[in-house]
Amino acid sequence: MSDRITSEAVAKVAKLARLSLSDDELQQATHQLSDMLDHFADIDALDLESVEPMTHPMDIANVMRDDVVLDVLDREEVLDAAPVAEDGRFRVPPILGLDD
Amino acid sequence: MADHKTGDQIPAAATDISWEVRNGVTRAADVLEKYLGEIERRDDDVHAFNLVLTDESRARAAEIDDAVAMGRNLGALAGVPVALKDNMCTRGIPTTCSSKILDGWKPPYDATIVTKLAEAGAVIIGKTNLDEFAMGSSTENSAFGATHNPHDLTRVPGGSSGGSAAAVAAGFAPVSLGSDTGGSIRQPAALCGVVGVKPTYGAVSRLGLVAFASSLDQIGPMANSVSDAALLLEAVSSHDPMDSTSIEQGPLEISQQLDWGVAGLRVGRITDLPEGASPDVNERLEVAFDNLRAAGAEIVDVEVPAFTYGLTAYYLIAPAEASSNLARYDGVRFGLRKDAPDTNAMYMATRTEGFGDEVKRRIMLGTYALSAGYYDAYYGRALKVRRRIAADFAKAYEKADILLTPASPTVAFKMGDKTTDPMSMYLCDTYTIPSNLTGDPGMSVPFGTGDSGLPVGVQVLAPALKEDVMFRTAAELERSMS
Amino acid sequence: MSEKAADTEVWTSNGYELVVGLEVHVELLTRTKLFSGSPNHFGDDPNTNIDPVSLGLPGALPVLNRQAVELAMRLGLALNCTIQRSTFARKNYFYPDMPKAYQISQYDEPISVDGWLDLPSGFRVGIERGHLEEDTGKSTHMGGAGGRIHGSDYSLIDFNRAGVPLVEIVSRPDIRTPEQAKAYVSELRAILIAVGASDAKMEEGSMRVDANVSVRLPGAELGTRCEVKNVNSIRSVGRAIEYEAQRQVGMLEAGESIRQETRHWDENDGRTHTLRSKEDADDYRYFQEPDLVVVDPDVGWIETVRSSLPVLPAARRQLLAELTGQTTDAEAVLVVTERGQDEYVLSVAQAGGDAARALVHVKEAFAEQGDDPSIPAADLAKLTSLEIDGALTATQAKQVLAEIVAGNGGDAAAIAASKGFEAMDDSELQSMIDGAISAQADAWAKFCAGDGKAMGALVGAVMKASRGQADGKAVTAILNERRQNT
Ligand SMILES: [Mg+2]
Ligand SMILES: [Zn+2]
Repeated sequence: MSDRITSEAVAKVAKLARLSLSDDELQQATHQLSDMLDHFADIDALDLESVEPMTHPMDIANVMRDDVVLDVLDREEVLDAAPVAEDGRFRVPPILGLDD
Repeated sequence: MADHKTGDQIPAAATDISWEVRNGVTRAADVLEKYLGEIERRDDDVHAFNLVLTDESRARAAEIDDAVAMGRNLGALAGVPVALKDNMCTRGIPTTCSSKILDGWKPPYDATIVTKLAEAGAVIIGKTNLDEFAMGSSTENSAFGATHNPHDLTRVPGGSSGGSAAAVAAGFAPVSLGSDTGGSIRQPAALCGVVGVKPTYGAVSRLGLVAFASSLDQIGPMANSVSDAALLLEAVSSHDPMDSTSIEQGPLEISQQLDWGVAGLRVGRITDLPEGASPDVNERLEVAFDNLRAAGAEIVDVEVPAFTYGLTAYYLIAPAEASSNLARYDGVRFGLRKDAPDTNAMYMATRTEGFGDEVKRRIMLGTYALSAGYYDAYYGRALKVRRRIAADFAKAYEKADILLTPASPTVAFKMGDKTTDPMSMYLCDTYTIPSNLTGDPGMSVPFGTGDSGLPVGVQVLAPALKEDVMFRTAAELERSMS
Repeated sequence: MSEKAADTEVWTSNGYELVVGLEVHVELLTRTKLFSGSPNHFGDDPNTNIDPVSLGLPGALPVLNRQAVELAMRLGLALNCTIQRSTFARKNYFYPDMPKAYQISQYDEPISVDGWLDLPSGFRVGIERGHLEEDTGKSTHMGGAGGRIHGSDYSLIDFNRAGVPLVEIVSRPDIRTPEQAKAYVSELRAILIAVGASDAKMEEGSMRVDANVSVRLPGAELGTRCEVKNVNSIRSVGRAIEYEAQRQVGMLEAGESIRQETRHWDENDGRTHTLRSKEDADDYRYFQEPDLVVVDPDVGWIETVRSSLPVLPAARRQLLAELTGQTTDAEAVLVVTERGQDEYVLSVAQAGGDAARALVHVKEAFAEQGDDPSIPAADLAKLTSLEIDGALTATQAKQVLAEIVAGNGGDAAAIAASKGFEAMDDSELQSMIDGAISAQADAWAKFCAGDGKAMGALVGAVMKASRGQADGKAVTAILNERRQNT
């Protein structure tokens, strides 16, 4: 096993992604991610200085729609599918531990 | 009452079904019952479906038969049962992505392909199993249990569209739709011995396809024959103004050209192809080259040096996009919620409970690849490698019209063989991944059997929007086998 | 205009000077959302303007609204920006009012860059960028103390606003006084309205101002800045910056250091409070939005938009100031231009009226009139002519004007005649003043002894005697003259 990624980094990433890991799971994830990153080191040696990043497979531009109102969803149908709804809105527990 | 074909008289090919239904020779209802009967008989063993739409499909088939009786014009898929991978939105019908986090969710809208299928007169017979959120190569990562390979129930069907592949291979539906982000149509097609196509990126609308990796995902057909795959692809491909990445062009036109042959076609052999394919698979690939040469094609050597870096680029880019695409599963608006005293704790509890291990692993990998301090080394670099791969393919396509490779490095493997080592599972996609990165089309054609008498698929690759040439080649390979 | 380096003021306290940059979010006046077809409309029932995109449902895909792009271009051009090829990125963070858990926003390649905005004083504020992005939904905090997030029992989310198109305009840190900040916001507001990009209602949240405030010793590097949010009126912009600057100076004077943080302006107690520290700054993991393609307006499109822009407030003020002999930042010029009545003043002048007087009348009496006053310009022109000719005193003119406004027009001469106004001749006025002095002997004595306040009683007596027809200014002048001669 390599140490391409520390368990601290994995813990931080899990927190960013809103996943909780037990100690065992954290150790296992660290091991697996390290393994993968080892594999992915094959591109480290490539000289990519002058290569433009490719974000889309197709080179298209200026796809836009007209500013025309389309159908809206039925509120009751949507709120029926919601975990908790109240007064026409989605209900969530107190907003804590999050940034504004 | 007119005589209609029933039971064994009902044709197996979607092209024939559609023709006979339109012309009143066979009723859509009888076609459907034949397939529902097969599902009833064997899907407990195969588990291709998450949901069989028995009532809905019967109502739909009756509608088609009424329309025929009234002399209405029906589309190219009249009365053809189609199995849909369960990551495509169907209005009012559960769409689970084989994840607990979406269990019970009913989309309030239809995917564009669902609308296209309805226009073409198709009958959606059910929603098929997949690796959770299409992440996997064996359909073992499903919250609802694994799918089994119909050729050998102790083996995997491949993935992530394993349910759609198995459904066609087991005779549960003449055709199905899958989605392919890194090989998720082609690899299971190869392992199940069916035809599977990943079209050019943007040829089929992604609207209503639950996103795994947006810049790589494409919907495509799976079928028992090249001509059925062509029929289905023509029906679902089109420009969709509601998908910004959809290409500005009409439906693909393929079927007319299937019999044109390959005389004069330059078929490329990639001399620096990454190793890893087993001898039985390589042997079949050599036979494919031989058969095409015999049919008049010219076999040329090409190099695609960056091919080998596809796996790395893919496993950085796809998880990065996925980490963002899957952030919306937060328990606020739909799907699973685990109660907790505050919103943040609710997010944690919901996502930890709702996602399976492979999904979590990729979310973490992708989050890491994008995070401050690592973006340049991982995600940013992967995007550059992606460009390099596209450039190498473009160069190869100056010398060759078509490239042939294995679709999967091996035949179907035993269930559980690769579940403990994620990296070994990732290597299943070695040969299919590059065309997702480049956006070019690719397809797997069943080409005989390898070890244990299991199916082998040959992959045909073509430049963007050259589906016609790709299908012509595939049809030639298919003919050369019969 | 910019050469007029009138405004060189710098706010200072204890030797520290103020540095402010403003980030202003404005909602664009489109019919539909930035990436979907549901209505962009304020005040509807919760969750009625929703679709798969604004709810972030699985499988939903964004499609860019052309009108939003065009309004962003209009605004960018009005702010003298370069319009460039731009891309969208995802800004990833979890919050219940952010449906996809990412905001689609222009990050490293915004549509507008490198512009400026000239304040009425002539002071120029650099514009760093103007970028398109989507708004969030709205959370309402229930239970606990008065709808505050802290101590609430739960929250309710409405996604009507989610996906409404925004442009975020980021100024350079060029602002040096709270007054300049207020002038910047009010000028930006005028431009937004003029180009039709936004209704810019701070009270409805369609224009939201965040202030990056720091202080430093002159010549020193930029100090640590704090971002002040929740500034909901132009008045609060000044108050919040003033408070925050004083707070920072106080901390530095006390030997403490400033922590980079986001602070919340509380209108009620007139203070800023810590919202969150930047130490545990979010890692937004920006990356290019794969569901959208680049926006690359060609020269033709940009020039079409440019040529459709109206005359902007600064140019209108300039014209009005030149016509009336005022400075561009004179109050009457600012007020009349803001009301959109500058063109009306121009038409009074064209009808032969006196522009300077017309400006004053319009400013004073046309507050209710809107940008297209119902009073014929010729009527106001005639009134100003009578004043210039001395046929009406200022006081009389005011009364005639009131009548004209009340009647949506009218002939100034006829109204004056009906009121029995004739220019009072000097001898009549002199004799009324004689009468006032003898009737108010005490006041006259005090006035002569240097008590300026005593003059009021004397002028009042003359006004009473003339039934309000005397020219107050003339009376004052005569009284001063008489005192000097005493
Ligand atoms: Mg900002
Ligand atoms: Zn913003």
